[in-house]
Amino acid sequence: MSLFDLLRFSSQALAQNRRRSGLSLLGVVIGVVAVLSLTAIGEGALRYVEDQFTSLGTSIVIVSPGKNETTGGMPHGMGGVPNDLTLRDAMVLERRVPSVRAAVPISISTETVRHQERGRNAPVVGATAAFARLQRLEVATGSFLPETDLDRGASVVVLGSKVASELFSDANPLGETVRIGSWRMRVIGVLRERGQQLGMNVDKIAFIPVASGMRMANKSSLNQIMLELRPRSDPEVAIAGVTRLLMQRHDEEDFTCVSQDAVLASFTSILGILTMVVGGIASVSLVVAGIGIMNVMLVSVSERANEVGLLKAVGATRSQILAIFLLEAAMLSASGGVAGLGVGTMLVMVGNMLYPAVEIVTPVWAIVAVLTLSLTTGILFGVLPAWRAARLDPVAALQGH
Amino acid sequence: MIRLEDLWRTYEMGEQELHALKGIDEEISDGEYVAIMGPSGSGKSTLLNVLGCLDTPSSGRYCLAGEDVAGLSEVALAEVRLRRIGFIFQSFHLVPRLTALQNVELPMLFAGVAPAERRARAEVSLDAVGLAERVGHKPNELSGGQKQRVAIARSTVMDPGLLLADEPTGNLDSRSGGQVLDLLAALKAEGRTLLVVTHDPAVARRADRVLVLRDGEIVKRVAGDEVTDRGTLFDEVGVGADVGSAG
Repeated sequence: MSLFDLLRFSSQALAQNRRRSGLSLLGVVIGVVAVLSLTAIGEGALRYVEDQFTSLGTSIVIVSPGKNETTGGMPHGMGGVPNDLTLRDAMVLERRVPSVRAAVPISISTETVRHQERGRNAPVVGATAAFARLQRLEVATGSFLPETDLDRGASVVVLGSKVASELFSDANPLGETVRIGSWRMRVIGVLRERGQQLGMNVDKIAFIPVASGMRMANKSSLNQIMLELRPRSDPEVAIAGVTRLLMQRHDEEDFTCVSQDAVLASFTSILGILTMVVGGIASVSLVVAGIGIMNVMLVSVSERANEVGLLKAVGATRSQILAIFLLEAAMLSASGGVAGLGVGTMLVMVGNMLYPAVEIVTPVWAIVAVLTLSLTTGILFGVLPAWRAARLDPVAALQGH
Repeated sequence: MIRLEDLWRTYEMGEQELHALKGIDEEISDGEYVAIMGPSGSGKSTLLNVLGCLDTPSSGRYCLAGEDVAGLSEVALAEVRLRRIGFIFQSFHLVPRLTALQNVELPMLFAGVAPAERRARAEVSLDAVGLAERVGHKPNELSGGQKQRVAIARSTVMDPGLLLADEPTGNLDSRSGGQVLDLLAALKAEGRTLLVVTHDPAVARRADRVLVLRDGEIVKRVAGDEVTDRGTLFDEVGVGADVGSAG
């Protein structure tokens, strides 16, 4: 029996029961669409994160106080308190590590920002002029923090667009004075609207000189130092230089130094795993669809017992009968897979039209996996019914039992 | 030639053993037309199924053209059914979704005959049973007699030497039944061996020989032209009018 004859015979059998074939096919379609759209969303999220990181441009290394023990065990320097990460550290790093172009010390606190009777709680970030360049912040009016010595805390503030609009409505905030905690600060700039970026909404932040920020929060330690590396410098070399220098200054490794590349890599791997897990869960629906196919095929075999008996009487072998029914199951699942691919692709296109910000793309591996999976479930769950058909006793089958 | 030696077919029914065939000994020559009669449950259908290699004997020998087919593998038996045996059933057993032509082509599908040759041979077979005009019709567009003629075309398309028919006229009116019997006679005239299970004396009368079965044994062998009506044939073996209800 040639493959073409087999295909024709099996497809004629499927066509005989259009509704039943169609319904079991629908199960596969739903499973395939679920896998495709969920992995597409995961992939979209991954690309979004990557875009956000690359939009930051230059490679960045972040130093924060305290050692992140990732290996477990006793905390380092037990009993001791980690040394502060100071403005002095930042200055030394900028001056003495060759691959560091700029060191941006950062202190973060939450304060109430007021203007006249309006006020709101906002994160207040102490930073330097270089911060705007590192984060690609754009100023709508006025200017960002001035280039001054690190330890000079001028009483000026740059407002995020949302903070500005809430405090000043449509009025021009430039030159006005706001109260941050008990401090009076002059507004020297308002940032352009930016939206959420890497879990931080710049629009809701007020930026002040880092020295002012530390004094305001009454803190002696920075929250972190952001190091901008020179173009084409190796982050690993920079981290080694930073570590060596800070070890000298602190006598122990009481800080953590990670490159943005490493953060991106861990984001990527987390999102990748998440996508696989979600896709895996969705593929359970394909297994359910496979059971649907099995059910339909079992019914078909018992309805067509007569036919099976006849085929045996005219000389079909067990393996030929097995092939006929297995092919029917495979055709059901394969056509369901292809139809699901079509519907899934359309859904992704619709999703992209609705949410142009996140580029949703079905990953190629998911397409290959879902087609393979739908075909194999069909064949796998087709084995039992086909085996039953092949094993039918021709005498009983011809009598319709 | 068909030779059956001490052929038994036993079914296990729980703890009981049911003997459908009890030591059948018989020889059937090539080209012979043999009718098998007997009351229901006498084992005539079981005998036909064993002869057709659809069922295997529990013991004994079944030699088809000198080869003992009782012990053949499943694949080898399928090959015997494919090339050496043709079946004709009371209820036709046509595949409803296939046209007359495709139904006749079925055995050749499993034999791996090329499509063009398949079509040509099926057309010849259908022409031989007078259905050249009906090749594209599906079974539900054919009368009972036409369906059985399609089935006969299917049974001969692989040119087998042995034809087995189980009540071939059982579902037909007398006119269609007569046509089918004429076709069977023509097939015998071509030199094929014909075994027909029937309860109809009119069918049996056209056979060379009639075997009468009762309780799994051959109880009487007569010539076809000795069959007059059911009464005289069966009264001697004590089955009487029960014959009429045979299925």
